[in-house]
Amino acid sequence: MTPEPSGAAQPGSAADVIKAIPLRRPGRWIAAFVILVLVVLFIYGAATNANFQWSTYRSYLFDRRITKGVWATLQLTFLAMALGVVLGVALAVMRLSANPVLKSVAWAYLWVFRGTPVYVQLVFWGLFSSIYPHLSLGIPFAHQFAHFDIQSLQAFFFFAALGLGLNEAAYMAEIVRAGISSVGEGQSEAATALGMSWPLTMRRVVLPQAMRVIIPPTGNELISMLKTTSLVIAVPFTGDLYSQARQISGANFRPVPLLMVASTWYLAITSVLMVGQYFLEKHYAKGSSRTMTARQLRVLAKAIGNPDRGGDGA
Amino acid sequence: MNQPASGSGPNGTPMISMNNVQKHFGALHVLKDIQFEVPAGQVVVVLGPSGSGKSTLCRVINRLEPIDSGEIRVDGKILPVEGKGLAMLRADVGMVFQSFNLFAHKSVLDNVALGPVKVRKMNKNAANDLAVGLLERVGIAEQKDKLPAQLSGGQQQRVAIARALAMKPKVMLFDEPTSALDPEMVQEVLDVMTSLAKEGMTMLCVTHEMGFARHAASRVVFMSDGEIVEDSTPDAFFKSPKSNRAKDFLSKILTH
Ligand SMILES: Nc1ncnc2c1ncn2[C@@H]1O[C@H](COP(=O)(O)OP(=O)(O)OP(=O)(O)O)[C@@H](O)[C@H]1O
Ligand SMILES: [Mg+2]
Repeated sequence: MTPEPSGAAQPGSAADVIKAIPLRRPGRWIAAFVILVLVVLFIYGAATNANFQWSTYRSYLFDRRITKGVWATLQLTFLAMALGVVLGVALAVMRLSANPVLKSVAWAYLWVFRGTPVYVQLVFWGLFSSIYPHLSLGIPFAHQFAHFDIQSLQAFFFFAALGLGLNEAAYMAEIVRAGISSVGEGQSEAATALGMSWPLTMRRVVLPQAMRVIIPPTGNELISMLKTTSLVIAVPFTGDLYSQARQISGANFRPVPLLMVASTWYLAITSVLMVGQYFLEKHYAKGSSRTMTARQLRVLAKAIGNPDRGGDGA
Repeated sequence: MNQPASGSGPNGTPMISMNNVQKHFGALHVLKDIQFEVPAGQVVVVLGPSGSGKSTLCRVINRLEPIDSGEIRVDGKILPVEGKGLAMLRADVGMVFQSFNLFAHKSVLDNVALGPVKVRKMNKNAANDLAVGLLERVGIAEQKDKLPAQLSGGQQQRVAIARALAMKPKVMLFDEPTSALDPEMVQEVLDVMTSLAKEGMTMLCVTHEMGFARHAASRVVFMSDGEIVEDSTPDAFFKSPKSNRAKDFLSKILTH
């Protein structure tokens, strides 16, 4: 574990020895150099390769259709994720409840939505209007649906978000379930013994503690959702970033620069999300053990310091 | 303190009464036709070898474990099977666990105040005052803003006792409250329990602390294989146990 500093042989300089001398790792430097050369070669090649059509890339990067596509993609991502989280928590709680009906409903839901490709599910949602033509009568918010042209862009956007969200719920349910299971049984037992109802116990005691386990994979799901929105063409909703890029390239026959435009945006948004995830994870990790760690560090520092001084005296 | 051993105790309804209580875990018969009463104000210590059903006896009283048949009453009221009635009854029965089970994400103060606010619908300020008072009583008011993980085991268990007391329970159940503690912390928890006993709290304690059983208990109940084998005063139980199972148990514990 501890690096083998070259100065360790001199017993006189115990205090210096504690300052760990980083291990020299020639392998890393060689690898870094090789990769740097490859990256430079690739960038040079790409920049000078006429097939990339960089001028087209530049002119479309902030094209209005593209930025509108970005906006639609973001909306889809967050709407679908919100639906996925809310429904996922409900499904997880149902699966863990003692009620056999709720349990089997949740199980069946997960079975169907995790067992079929999301692309196929999206196609189904697109066909919803032909399967249930009298939708407006059966759904609670009938007023909205009454004026709802089933073939409109709005309807397809709605079905795209719904389809992605319902699929996501099945995965979120498993994440939330893992989080809930990570909270010791004693916690809910203590709450029950105080006279707290089961929903209250979940909300006040179990779920807050499950967050530490739930947050990191949920961040991954969000980033993954951003990219999965490129499948909404299956509905078919065509307002998202990828569809917009494809439509433009369908007209100007320049797919490569437009794919680069779309990729640039996906990468940029993903990067922002990853930064957010980093801070969120740090925040939740802190809640559990930070002060203890500080204390442990001090103890550790002493433990490392003392034997050295002891060795000095001997 | 020197109430009569067993029997109906002082006049009025017993705080806990169990009638023909049966409980199985699968094929395992854990509580065999339990017939048992705890009059108000008594401190009953439950002893017995591991697996004899002591924890289960505790846990059926607030229905953390359901029973197969029989009848359990708390303060004269039959234990409801579920719903709000059961929750209200649980609120009246304080419980202290071997592993403390403090809410890990909440400060010590919030641990104690949560029940009064959420279950008793007390307002936040009043609940905090109550909590601070109880934490002072168990001697850890100065730790009120820490998280449970930052306290020693003995301190955590004292918080757990304060949390149970915050519900103003009619009876307290202790399931081996000191078994998970380092030896030097056992006494601080026993001191709190002894002072509770002196104040007249009705208590049912599963514990292997013989000192506590001798000095604080009004009665000792000895369980073995799901049965209550002996039910007598501490003096009688320790000096002249009647059954062989109790003699055997005592010889193992006391020579140890
Ligand atoms: N949830 C459960 N499911 C199945 N069996 C159980 C369960 N809880 C307890 N048991 C079994 O029931 C018996 C009695 O358990 P109980 O915990 O009441 O004993 P105990 O007297 O408290 O023992 P200990 O001194 O070890 O705590 C044991 O054999 C135990 O294995
Ligand atoms: Mg036990």
